[in-house]
Amino acid sequence: MKVTIDGIEIDVPKGTTILQAARMIGPKVAPPAMCYYTKLKTSGGYCRTCIVKVTKGSTANPTPMPKPVASCRTEVMDGMEVQNFTSPDLLEARKGVVEFLLINHPLDCPVCDQAGECHLQDLGYNNGSVKTRYEFKRREFDMIDIGKYIKLHMTRCIMCFRCVKVADQITNNRVHGVMHRGDAAEISTYIENVIENDFSGNVIDVCPVGALTDKTFRFKQRVWFTKPVEAHRKCDKCSGKVRLWFKGEDVLRVTARKDQWGEAEDFICNDCRFEHKRKSDWVIEGPSPISHHSVISQNQYEHLNEKEVEILKHQKALGFMNYDKRP
Amino acid sequence: MALQLTNRSKVVSNKEQSAMEKLYLPAVFKGMSITLSHLFKKSATIRYPEQKRIMAPVYRGQHVLKRDDNGAERCTSCGMCAVACPAEAITMESAERKKGEEHLYREEKYAAKYEINMLRCVFCGLCEEACPKEAIFLTDRIVDTEFEREDFIYGKDKLVEKMTERIDVTKRQTPEVLEFKKTPGLKHNELFDGKKLKEKH
Repeated sequence: MKVTIDGIEIDVPKGTTILQAARMIGPKVAPPAMCYYTKLKTSGGYCRTCIVKVTKGSTANPTPMPKPVASCRTEVMDGMEVQNFTSPDLLEARKGVVEFLLINHPLDCPVCDQAGECHLQDLGYNNGSVKTRYEFKRREFDMIDIGKYIKLHMTRCIMCFRCVKVADQITNNRVHGVMHRGDAAEISTYIENVIENDFSGNVIDVCPVGALTDKTFRFKQRVWFTKPVEAHRKCDKCSGKVRLWFKGEDVLRVTARKDQWGEAEDFICNDCRFEHKRKSDWVIEGPSPISHHSVISQNQYEHLNEKEVEILKHQKALGFMNYDKRP
Repeated sequence: MALQLTNRSKVVSNKEQSAMEKLYLPAVFKGMSITLSHLFKKSATIRYPEQKRIMAPVYRGQHVLKRDDNGAERCTSCGMCAVACPAEAITMESAERKKGEEHLYREEKYAAKYEINMLRCVFCGLCEEACPKEAIFLTDRIVDTEFEREDFIYGKDKLVEKMTERIDVTKRQTPEVLEFKKTPGLKHNELFDGKKLKEKH
């Protein structure tokens, strides 16, 4: 099926959504997504940041769609033409969506551990306006401890439902869901029931904002002062492929490896994530590829692009370099 | 002759000194008269620790970490100053506020340790520009001299202002900041206009 997004044509199999097709073309045309997550079934359709304008429905029926559609839930049709960044109307509409997402979001980035790798920060920065027009009191909740490792700041939640999908699909029994509706909706653990599943830590990785954070990393360090390094270990529960966040010689945090869309490559188990924070537990592969524009690469004099990382990995495989002294 | 850039250059001559010049005394007296005349002129220097010059209000000297009107520290250890610092002079460690410490720290996170290396600092003022909490300001105070290099690493004991001797920074707040403080509904401005907001809604 041929589909044209922002003037770029691509051939995709039947059943592909517009968002997936746009991601196949690349970040130049891919719309931002806050709730859609490739590895979670039925995710998407809540946040509406991925809206696009369909200017031609298909070759068979060329009528344009009357309203912007959520690209994560709309499948492509043959001959479809889609506008994303090329349509000023759409950008204006997305600006409105961002404003709505930010209505109840507190301005506590200086305190929040997610700052620096927060998708809502990126979204606000790229699509929103600088000032807020909202003058009323934002909703506030008390913090909840979900088990001994995870902290829930319901105040920061944007109701993307990703964590609920993780609880449904990755872990085998759900004790974590959404209560109430509309403006009153909140993530809950059914009266503070603890998630004690081996993979419950992944809710931290899928959370696009700082609503679910790692208690073992809480207020330890801002992410841009830590250095990410790819590492692995032998683990019988998960793939053991992780990203370590170093400050000096200490591992402050262990997360899954994220791809260019900010999605975890492999979900990792709680054992790897929370219990192995010694450098000696891991085999270090090399520095993580971090976008040159990310604040995480700030104040670090070495900027490695993906190709350079590949070369270095290759050199390491041949025994040229000793990475253990590097991070 | 080489290329001449100005017409102030003089060709050095190597001619013999005259009898008068060989005496040297006239030249000595001439020099002494210049020195003596300076005795009766106004001095260009001042006696610093006792006497102080008037500083410009926007002078960028020693930093201060501000407290709010209730005496709570404004800094939440967000690290924006440290990442903005071109000299990498600022380091900090954060901690979580416990129950009952609300009068000490404004927000749930605070700087347990905050250090500025005054030898590295170039007093550019980017830290105060980066600060989202109006916590750090440069003041018109001069950093003291020390004998040891370690003593130039200023910790919270030297940086945080005391409630008994508060430091006025109103002149350093930009019009943009003062305008922002009028925006209602932001947590940042709660102390500032909490009452007004209640009346409004």
